[in-house]
Amino acid sequence: MTGAVAPASRRGISAWWWRHQRTLTPLILLAPACLMFATFVIWPIGQSLWLSLYDWDGVGEKTWVGFGNFSELFADPVFFTALANNLCWLLIYLAAPMLGLLLALFLNQNVRGIRVVRALFLMPFVISQVVVGLIFAWFLNADFGLLNPLLAKVGVGPVAPLESERGAIFAVIAAGLWPQTAYCMVLYLTGLTGIRGELIDSARLDGAREHKVLWHVVLPQLRPVTFIAAMVCVVSALRSFDLVMIMTAGGPYNSTSVLAYYMYEQTFLSLRYGYAAAIAAVLFALMGCCVAFFLWRMLARERA
Amino acid sequence: MFPAPVTRAPRATRIAYRAALCATLAIWLLPLFGVALTSMRSIDDLNRGNLWGWPSEFRLTENYAAVFADSRMAQFILNSVLITVPAVLGAVTLACMAGFALAKYRFRGNLALFVVFIAGNLVPFQILMIPVRNLAISMGIYDTRWALILFHAAFQTGFCTLFMRNFIKQLPDDMLDAARNDGLSEFQIFGHVVLPLVRPAIAAIAALTFTFVWNDYFWSLVLVQSDDVRPLTAGLQSLRGMWLASWQLISAGSIVAAIPPVLIFFFMQQHFIAGLTAGAQND
Repeated sequence: MTGAVAPASRRGISAWWWRHQRTLTPLILLAPACLMFATFVIWPIGQSLWLSLYDWDGVGEKTWVGFGNFSELFADPVFFTALANNLCWLLIYLAAPMLGLLLALFLNQNVRGIRVVRALFLMPFVISQVVVGLIFAWFLNADFGLLNPLLAKVGVGPVAPLESERGAIFAVIAAGLWPQTAYCMVLYLTGLTGIRGELIDSARLDGAREHKVLWHVVLPQLRPVTFIAAMVCVVSALRSFDLVMIMTAGGPYNSTSVLAYYMYEQTFLSLRYGYAAAIAAVLFALMGCCVAFFLWRMLARERA
Repeated sequence: MFPAPVTRAPRATRIAYRAALCATLAIWLLPLFGVALTSMRSIDDLNRGNLWGWPSEFRLTENYAAVFADSRMAQFILNSVLITVPAVLGAVTLACMAGFALAKYRFRGNLALFVVFIAGNLVPFQILMIPVRNLAISMGIYDTRWALILFHAAFQTGFCTLFMRNFIKQLPDDMLDAARNDGLSEFQIFGHVVLPLVRPAIAAIAALTFTFVWNDYFWSLVLVQSDDVRPLTAGLQSLRGMWLASWQLISAGSIVAAIPPVLIFFFMQQHFIAGLTAGAQND
């Protein structure tokens, strides 16, 4: 493992370094990244979990309450609304890979200008969620939004999706689905270029219909892409915050709150840091379940 | 190729495909188009409910000039640049170093460390909010650009390291051994052999990270609060309270906020997509 070609002229510390550089170099190269990642990402996770066992207003003394925050949480209707909204978000986001696949199949042609068209389809993903949220909040606004005049032209009455306690969350998720579908589309377009043409050709020669070819030949080859797309969607469903903050601020009557938003609200509006940390712990556990599920699927496939 | 190439289909199908392409694209980008159109309207149009029709007069320059004159938009843009550029440089530098170490050296805990970087990257980052905010306060950098720069650099290091490690892993080991036999030190190999070869990967993560950091909203809400350091995303949302129903100004502001990532995307499209779809390639 030591540098075999150390020049004889090197002495002392220089020779020592030359002999050990292959062990020391990776450590030196890794140290800054590990330090930063540990300080700002890994350690704070632990701190959050630890804080969830305390009652704290952010300035004064912390009081140990054990699992008190959690037992309060499990009797809190807003928490369950937020949790349900997160799960709902997750389920609906799983439509993004399907829609993305449809778009990718539609755009997987070599006509002139297709590259520009594909790039334009990806645009919603490139712009900030703040802008997406602003656009949709205004689009759906009941009084001076862009949607109602458009609906009026086809004779459908005015709607106010963001003001309805039942419908608002779906309007917010729909806004999120827009960039998410664009992302999945790009994943599938990349996947489609790597597909093996000879299998498709031979299936066609055997007289298989196109939808059969898609189902039995194309989709199995796209499975790694589907896996990544699903994972990306789950991660961003659990991270949902921006759109809620911009479009509804959790309203009406907390009906569009999600865990990340409820946590934010409990911290800065109610100054209940411990309680907020308990919400964070639940969010972390939820992510843990999803990651475990993905790992389990990945291992199961490798064994098969 | 799937589906069957439309270029070999009859002429009628080709024309139908083109028409369908345009129609879908128009519907897909309708919200963006509406916003772009509104950013050129006068307030009278909006008050009269002329939202989709031809603008009665074009006030493109007036609206955009008003955005910069009435608000601290220029300051917000400057803040976004001063936060995003150092954060991207930091994350890319850290990731090149760590990625090389993880890809080309065998040591105990290598794989475990790699898994930690991947897992940390999947975390719903909001759960870091309270500790990271407290950390920024105790370091004395709360409400300064440094808070955002350091946090983004650290957090994006996760994804960037994952990407760089996988890219560098593909470089042949023989090449590094040949360099060693030529008497190059390990650091020289990193600087003179590896780095020049991974330029495309650096471009990919730089373009992506730029977009992620520029578009961040959550952390600019949590780690800063004054207009002097606030980036564009948080600034835009705060202006909404001031402009209320002046949607022509909000639209213009939104377009201004969207332009930098869109430009990066168009100029570095190939790298951007390569970074975005890493792992989706079949080979």
